[in-house]
Amino acid sequence: MANIMIRQADSGGLVFYLPKRDLEASIESIEFDSTAKWGGELKLDNGGAYYIDPIAKPPRLPISLRARRLGAAED
Amino acid sequence: MSTLSREETEALIAEVLEVYPEKARKDRAKHLAVNDQSIEQSKKCITANRKTLPGVMTVRGCAYAGSKGVVWGPIKDMIHVSHGPIGCGQYSRAGRRNYYVGTTGVDTFGTMNFTSDFQEKDIVFGGDKKLAKLLAEIETLFPLSKGSSVQSECPIGLIGDDIESVAKKASAATGKPIVPVRCEGFRGVSQSLGHHIANDTIRDWVMGKRDGQPFAATPYDVAIIGDYNIGGDAWASRILLEEMGLRVVAQWSGDGTLAEMMNTPKVKLNLLHCYRSMNYISRHMEEKYGIPWMEYNFFGPTKIIESLRRIAGFFDDSIKEKCEAVIARYQPMMDAIIGKYRPRLQGKKVMLYVGGLRPRHIIGAYEDLGMEVVGAGYEFGHNDDYDRSIKEMGNATLIYDDANGFELEQFVKRIKPDMVGSGIKEKYIFQKMGIPFRQMHSWDYSGPYHGYDGFAIFARDMDIALSSPVWSKFVPPWKKSVPEATQEPQEAA
Repeated sequence: MANIMIRQADSGGLVFYLPKRDLEASIESIEFDSTAKWGGELKLDNGGAYYIDPIAKPPRLPISLRARRLGAAED
Repeated sequence: MSTLSREETEALIAEVLEVYPEKARKDRAKHLAVNDQSIEQSKKCITANRKTLPGVMTVRGCAYAGSKGVVWGPIKDMIHVSHGPIGCGQYSRAGRRNYYVGTTGVDTFGTMNFTSDFQEKDIVFGGDKKLAKLLAEIETLFPLSKGSSVQSECPIGLIGDDIESVAKKASAATGKPIVPVRCEGFRGVSQSLGHHIANDTIRDWVMGKRDGQPFAATPYDVAIIGDYNIGGDAWASRILLEEMGLRVVAQWSGDGTLAEMMNTPKVKLNLLHCYRSMNYISRHMEEKYGIPWMEYNFFGPTKIIESLRRIAGFFDDSIKEKCEAVIARYQPMMDAIIGKYRPRLQGKKVMLYVGGLRPRHIIGAYEDLGMEVVGAGYEFGHNDDYDRSIKEMGNATLIYDDANGFELEQFVKRIKPDMVGSGIKEKYIFQKMGIPFRQMHSWDYSGPYHGYDGFAIFARDMDIALSSPVWSKFVPPWKKSVPEATQEPQEAA
């Protein structure tokens, strides 16, 4: 489990940020994206994938969350 | 357009790598690359922020340098205690030229060195008592200090001192914030982790101390984040923002104070100059206080205009109007400078090897003068820095991460730039090779280089370095070509 931060990108998408490793990547897809259920599996543009427990859609970004890495560590 | 083609640059990298043993070669190969603007993600071509190879001469610093030297050090009304042996503080004292206003030793302490001067017995028996005594002495001797920070040097972490508890007790006794910073030099791979640790301590010990207190806010409050006022940089930036009608509430951390930092959560926009060292606190403020942040670049008129317009975009039309007025007011001055220096500097090639933001930020300023950056690299950049650099740099230019003395020397010998911009450790190597050099960390005792006023100085300094007559004297008389030698007797007669 790692602390991550999700923020809105200037271009409109979502950006994934892992402070521990200074890893910044844009989120290509998010499993659940509705007002009631938001989160699930995040696919990153660097090939990595993370899982966050689905929550109600946060009213404001950025938000810090706990995430679990799926698959091997990416660079 | 660069002098070497992609294949030639790749061949150069291969040639440089040849001297290494196999394992080292494999490792270093990941840190040297040829720029390809079509790549979106730098990790496909370069690896960054990795442990330096043992045995090579790196120019990186340590976590203490990142915390005390960069982030905390310039905060002028606090006393930053270098906790540990005396050398770390003494040899880095006042070396970064963070200018500030104030009476040193009375209400500001920027260029002074405070240290607990560890001896053998402190290592054996622990240094907590010494630290407690020292913090009490500071209160007696410098009552106008607004707070202290304890910057750990390597032994503190190794012997396991509890500086947090000492700091808390001393803070309760004096009523001033005392921030313990766990920035022991052995942490991390470079000074970059020190920036992160320092940002986290600011977040935990300083931010939020004035939440809920009254503050006379205006809709135009901004903070300058990540400008260390080297040679007066932050002042040259600040006047432009103020002319635009914005109110600069805080400067982080060049010429900054503790009160400014505590008031920063009240601003409307954080302006981030050094992304590498202060993005952490900007992200925190965005999440906790909803303050947006943007990266800006005040090197060279092209980038200044671009940045000023983007900053104005966050505010109403009155700011946008004033922004255009500022741009128009300085344009004749910029035209005059470019008119004067561009013909002298046109087409000159520069290689850069600097720290956190400058390899990419300064490219625009060189291009405004008609110069070309043919190679750039970061000492301690991360991949997000390279992501941002790829688009700024020309295709097929050389990129190097954590380059060492040998690699830089070989690159310079082959690429033959007209000028190298790097730090003090590289300066004399390249000057002895006959190549004009400017220190791009400390501006070579000049500056400021930010803002419109800074660009005038930047252009002049580059011209001074390149046009100095000394570079024509590099061939000794007995090695000069024959026609000149035959002329000599006539001159003597």
